[in-house]
Amino acid sequence: MNPSSAATSPRVVILAGGLSHERDVSLRSGRRVAEALRTVGLEVSVHDVDVDLIPALSQARPDLVWPLLHGASGEDGSIRDVLDLLGLRALGTGPRQSRIAWSKPIAKTVVQRAGLATPEFVTLPQSLFRELGASRVLDAIVGRLGLPLVVKPSRGGSALGVSYVTSAADLPRAMVACFAYGDTALIERAVTGTELAVSVIDTGEGPYALPAVEIVTDGPYDFDARYNAGRTEYFTPARLTSEVAEQVSEMAIAAHRALGLAHLSRTDLIVDGSGTAQFLEVNVAPGMTETSLFPQAAEAAGRHLGELYRELVMGALAP
Amino acid sequence: MFPHLSSGGATSGTPPTPAAGTRLDPWLGAYAERAHAMRASEIRALFAVANRPEVVSLAGGMPNLAGLPMDVLGEIAQRVIAMQGATALQYGSGQGDETLREQILEVMRLEGIHAHADDVVVTTGSQQALDLVTRIFVNPGDVIVAEAPSYVGALGVFRAYQADIVHVPMDTDGLIPAALESTLVALASEGRRVKLLYTVPNFHNPAGVTLSAARRPQILEIARRYGVLVLEDNPYGLLGFDSNPIDALRSIDDEGVIYLGSFSKTFAPGYRVGWAVAPHAVREKLVLASESAILCPSNASQLAISAYLSTCDWYGQIKSFREMYRERRDAMLGALAEHMPDCSWTVPDGGFYTWVKLPDGLDAKDMLPRAVTARVAYVPGTAFYADGQGRDHMRLSFCYPTPERIREGVRRLAGVVTGESELVDLFGTSGSDRRDGVQTPGPDLA
Repeated sequence: MNPSSAATSPRVVILAGGLSHERDVSLRSGRRVAEALRTVGLEVSVHDVDVDLIPALSQARPDLVWPLLHGASGEDGSIRDVLDLLGLRALGTGPRQSRIAWSKPIAKTVVQRAGLATPEFVTLPQSLFRELGASRVLDAIVGRLGLPLVVKPSRGGSALGVSYVTSAADLPRAMVACFAYGDTALIERAVTGTELAVSVIDTGEGPYALPAVEIVTDGPYDFDARYNAGRTEYFTPARLTSEVAEQVSEMAIAAHRALGLAHLSRTDLIVDGSGTAQFLEVNVAPGMTETSLFPQAAEAAGRHLGELYRELVMGALAP
Repeated sequence: MFPHLSSGGATSGTPPTPAAGTRLDPWLGAYAERAHAMRASEIRALFAVANRPEVVSLAGGMPNLAGLPMDVLGEIAQRVIAMQGATALQYGSGQGDETLREQILEVMRLEGIHAHADDVVVTTGSQQALDLVTRIFVNPGDVIVAEAPSYVGALGVFRAYQADIVHVPMDTDGLIPAALESTLVALASEGRRVKLLYTVPNFHNPAGVTLSAARRPQILEIARRYGVLVLEDNPYGLLGFDSNPIDALRSIDDEGVIYLGSFSKTFAPGYRVGWAVAPHAVREKLVLASESAILCPSNASQLAISAYLSTCDWYGQIKSFREMYRERRDAMLGALAEHMPDCSWTVPDGGFYTWVKLPDGLDAKDMLPRAVTARVAYVPGTAFYADGQGRDHMRLSFCYPTPERIREGVRRLAGVVTGESELVDLFGTSGSDRRDGVQTPGPDLA
């Protein structure tokens, strides 16, 4: 990289697309962030993750690479490893921490150890159901965790493969839907309450939280509710008492710290009936589409998206 | 429509700053009812991966243009602009270019249709003709009878006009006359108004079957008896592998049939030129409807196609397309027989598609993410029904990939089916009655 050019107008390559199930979402995120950065004068290009990427990056030698990849290699740290190999600086969480955050059960365990509440859960690979007999394992799950339950792939985003299960009879089908996306399922006790997403930013002065976004849907906050305007109503800042608002901000910052995340993250959580915030999952590459939560939170905080993204870029470039 | 709003609201006490909610679309309350079904879907998002070269897409319905003489077509396009630019780049007739309409008659004669150029309306692909016909005939709640399964792009149009789509089963000889009649009897007894019978008689999309010659007059007779106009959609008719073109329904009945044709599959979809042939009075309304929709079809496209038809061996080109698609069909059927013995499928005599029945209990829609992970794509059967049927089917296209890629795609798909079968056996699940409505894939997949 060339530090002198970075000081004036850094050249940024955004990575978007890839081969994951969330390719479409990633492409949309990439385009939005690129547009926003261009409005503040940055030189930005968007590149897919394909066989042309390494030659393109090697030739362009951008000052910074911003991976806006959702799912698989984009969030599991592998792309970050490759960028390290190429000696390129990147925005966002490093490879080792990405790997931890990307696995929902591992991330839950880490934040639990850090003293954060998270719904009780079990993580089981498909092979175990075969070895032990699916119905016996499912009975044990329902016996222990009760109903309703949330079944989700242990890795992945955009609510793909996620089911909200209210009766034991629906559980096998939810398992099949989940295992279509991956070999390991996370099954957790469903918590009812106020669903929230808290975005965290760290541009060098330590992590701080943007206003919580409250999500109210007419059903589960699934793919349809996420990417079609209308079914979901968002309240930003969330309709919380100041104490609870403080609590959820602290939780998101604590999760960001406990997991060793960098520059930006988004923690999804729920405030249960007793007023306790429960950690659900964290995203190291939060969605940046028209309907995504991170940009909503930023705008509610009065931040110009282009300015904020530039701050993130400059923060990532700081020595 | 969105009850609740207070559910899951404030945790305790009074919110310090009352926040207004947003649904991210200030015009949400303004949309027409027909727009409510137009939604981004998980399936559509998964298809974003299908366009990557690593993925063998058996999903797309894109014709294979590899055999077209691009240099000649380039010269034609150049000539059209250089010699006829003042016409090509200008507005034109709402009904379409007269010379092209004459030439379309020649194309249709191959399928036994004898019409007059005045009966032809040139449209922006036959998809626009579908829209126009539905627009002038269908009120919200009117019934359109369609094959089960049916072309997804037509279902999308019918849904947009708020038609009630009633499916009638097919077998390997196409639409079943007795089933059509019993459906029309049942609808009549309910006092339902049936406006159209929508059919793709040749090399059906997605089912791959062809309406037998014996059934054609029977279907027309039943439609006539119940006063139902037949909408014959025939984009693949000239792409039969083993025989001369089959006579169109329109060749038997010129008063009870609206015929839709297209250059998209036999030449080039990029020009977006199709046509409708309709009884005189209907044609008048189609022209007016088309003018209100688009003023006129593209002159540049029409003149280029017209020049192609008059200067090139277009039928020879179609014959070479047939050979290419036949080779691909053979590759697909051979690979299916080799790798997927637990499935069954139709044997198309033309066109682009075969319709595959999965082993019992499998759900093509649930299985799609697994397929995408395995780098192969197909269209789940539910896309081709308006009523949630089709979960146990998938459409496989053999039109675009090379025979080698087709074999590789089917091999990958076989692994996906095996994996999914094991999973379904493990959890003892089987197909459910979930209904998803029409989920229209993008244009390259329709």
